[in-house]
Amino acid sequence: MNLTELSFPTLCFYLCAAITVAAALGVITAKNPVHAVLSLVLAFFSSGMIWLLLQAEFLAISIVLIYIGVVMVLFLFVVMMVDINAARLRDGFWRYLPVGLVVAGVMVAEMALVLNGRYFGLAAVPAPEPAAADFSNVKMLAHLLYTEYAYAFELAALILTVGLIAAVMLTFNKRVGSKRVDPADQVAVKARDRLVMHSIPAEKEPVVEPVTDGSAEVRS
Amino acid sequence: MEFQIPNFLPALPEIVVAVFALLGLLFVALQRKSEGSAFWMAQLALWSGAFFSLCLGRSPADLFEALRSAGSGFEVLRNLGEILVVWVGSSESTWTFSQLYQTDALGELLKAAACMAVALGLIYGRRYMRERKLDSGEYYLLVLFATLGVMVLASAGSLLTIYIGLELLSLSSYALVAINRNELRSTEAAMKYFVLGALASGLLLYGMSMIYGATQTLVLLDLIHAMDQAAGVNQTVLLFGLVFVVAGVAFKLGVAPFHMWVPDVYEGAPSSITLFLASASKIAAFVMACRLLAQGLWGLIEHWKLMLLLAGIASIMLGNLAGIAQTNFKRMLAYSGISHMGFLLLGFASSLPELTRNAYSASLFYMLTYVLTTLAAFGILLLMTREGYEAEQLDDFRGLNQRSPWWAAMMAIAMFSMAGIPFFVGFFAKFFVLQAVWQAGYTYVAVLAVLMSLIGAFFYLRVVKLMYFDAPAADAPAVNAGCRLSGGLLSANALALGLLGLFPGVLLQLCVVVVQASLAP
Repeated sequence: MNLTELSFPTLCFYLCAAITVAAALGVITAKNPVHAVLSLVLAFFSSGMIWLLLQAEFLAISIVLIYIGVVMVLFLFVVMMVDINAARLRDGFWRYLPVGLVVAGVMVAEMALVLNGRYFGLAAVPAPEPAAADFSNVKMLAHLLYTEYAYAFELAALILTVGLIAAVMLTFNKRVGSKRVDPADQVAVKARDRLVMHSIPAEKEPVVEPVTDGSAEVRS
Repeated sequence: MEFQIPNFLPALPEIVVAVFALLGLLFVALQRKSEGSAFWMAQLALWSGAFFSLCLGRSPADLFEALRSAGSGFEVLRNLGEILVVWVGSSESTWTFSQLYQTDALGELLKAAACMAVALGLIYGRRYMRERKLDSGEYYLLVLFATLGVMVLASAGSLLTIYIGLELLSLSSYALVAINRNELRSTEAAMKYFVLGALASGLLLYGMSMIYGATQTLVLLDLIHAMDQAAGVNQTVLLFGLVFVVAGVAFKLGVAPFHMWVPDVYEGAPSSITLFLASASKIAAFVMACRLLAQGLWGLIEHWKLMLLLAGIASIMLGNLAGIAQTNFKRMLAYSGISHMGFLLLGFASSLPELTRNAYSASLFYMLTYVLTTLAAFGILLLMTREGYEAEQLDDFRGLNQRSPWWAAMMAIAMFSMAGIPFFVGFFAKFFVLQAVWQAGYTYVAVLAVLMSLIGAFFYLRVVKLMYFDAPAADAPAVNAGCRLSGGLLSANALALGLLGLFPGVLLQLCVVVVQASLAP
């Protein structure tokens, strides 16, 4: 790489990529869970910036809106509400780190050897034409999603439904013996649910026996 | 960009199952006691899914015509199998939804098989789940969605649909394994399954992205064409992607060296969920291998052949040797499953240029009969459990013959078939695969596979020995036969193993016809 030929977008890319990697490392090394979540926000944001460099503006905006705006805020709430002993969870982290680093390093090196620049360089895969100024990313995406990829889109919706069902099934607690009152049951109650009539077989009248002292005693 | 509304009709089986599942979701959300209705709804969805899979794209008039021209009563009966085979194979492959979706005879047969296997599994496991209070409406919904995932995989026309179908199946399966969340063993199994499954999905996706990078297409048809023009495609990148794709497929099939999760998940999951994982999930993995390797990456056969062969040999050795050491019946069946999937891969790996489709039909035959055998074995295991008691140790089979001679005989049939004793269907399944391996010239592999099967026969026959020659434990109860429907179906299922062993011809012919109609070069 020739430093003098470095264009501004390339510089931006390397900056954003470096921040993303650093933030991702921060997620798994931070001692404080809140710091970890904040690092994740940074990682999402800088990958959004990389998308922006690729002219995928809509995806960049949606990752900021959805992941940072909704999902991560929820994460933060959960992390702040639940008292997690992160130190205990990460007990083995430093112990396994050297081995993990070696394995990861070897894997990256091997893949780089096999797939170094000559396969995906600009010579093999030419850069796409830059889009015109009036090109609408959203329109294009919507057009593809609802026509060509409609089948995959619907199936993705079903996958989300499965996530919903699984979450309900795994967390919904049917407590036994709770005294919760169900208004629907209260409204639907009938007289026979409240008053139970039992028919008891009649018993014989107790026998009254005359006793010697003259007074009658009723045996019950 | 003109867009044509795609033809929805070929996807009718998927649409029917999806609509039933979504209606069921509404019903389960609004109704309080929904278990019984959800069960029947799932049955209706699955059987109609199987029906539409088999009947769509073929005209009933052809069937009647063939039946009428076959002659009088006895003649019709004699030729019935052949007529049906021709009819099932008469489907033409169609592509729709911008080539995200394809149907062919192979996909339709496997879709129908998966639907029927899941429906039978639900029937066998109904009492088991009810006694453990696990048969909530959500259980049936997740099973339906998982089956839908299998169907999407079976008719996937592009790498994207393959991945989405796989995720639909996997996510439902993870949740189903964890369904008994009060039991530590189940949640641990689900966690292992989830972490390893996510890793495998990542591997598969990474491989797909490499293939996309090399060929610039996701559609399987275009992949085949891209491979043909060898000059334009970068072989190194393709092979790099292929390795990851094969690893992903091997994980889903549960073959060595990606088998680690199989025994733990089989043991930890409730038995009826294990039944699902051992039947419908395996069909999904098989059809995924067909779509990815035998269809899309057909041009790289010289490369993936060797990988599958090695994985197959390793699984057969590992499954049969490690199976001996097991004392838990479910773990034993897990190792047996590993070795059976190894056989399946051997069939896959031994396709020759001149006899290309022969080996696939052997693998397809193996798959269908394996699913039938597993259904019988797990069905009887489910019968033997009762409230508050999990029959899963080998010792629970001690003296089963004295307690319940009928079910002992059925279990013996299933075990004989798995061991590959002649004149049970498992023997012919192994025989056809070994024949293909032999024809491909891998003589030593065939000999090794036979030797390993002999070793493996030990642990299947041990179950038979425990049932017939050992005295039952003093407090061992009789087997509760359950309801008449499930008992009858289970008996028919087990007896079919013997019957198919006596007449394997029709099923094999079906497999040959279907493979020829679908995977034609």
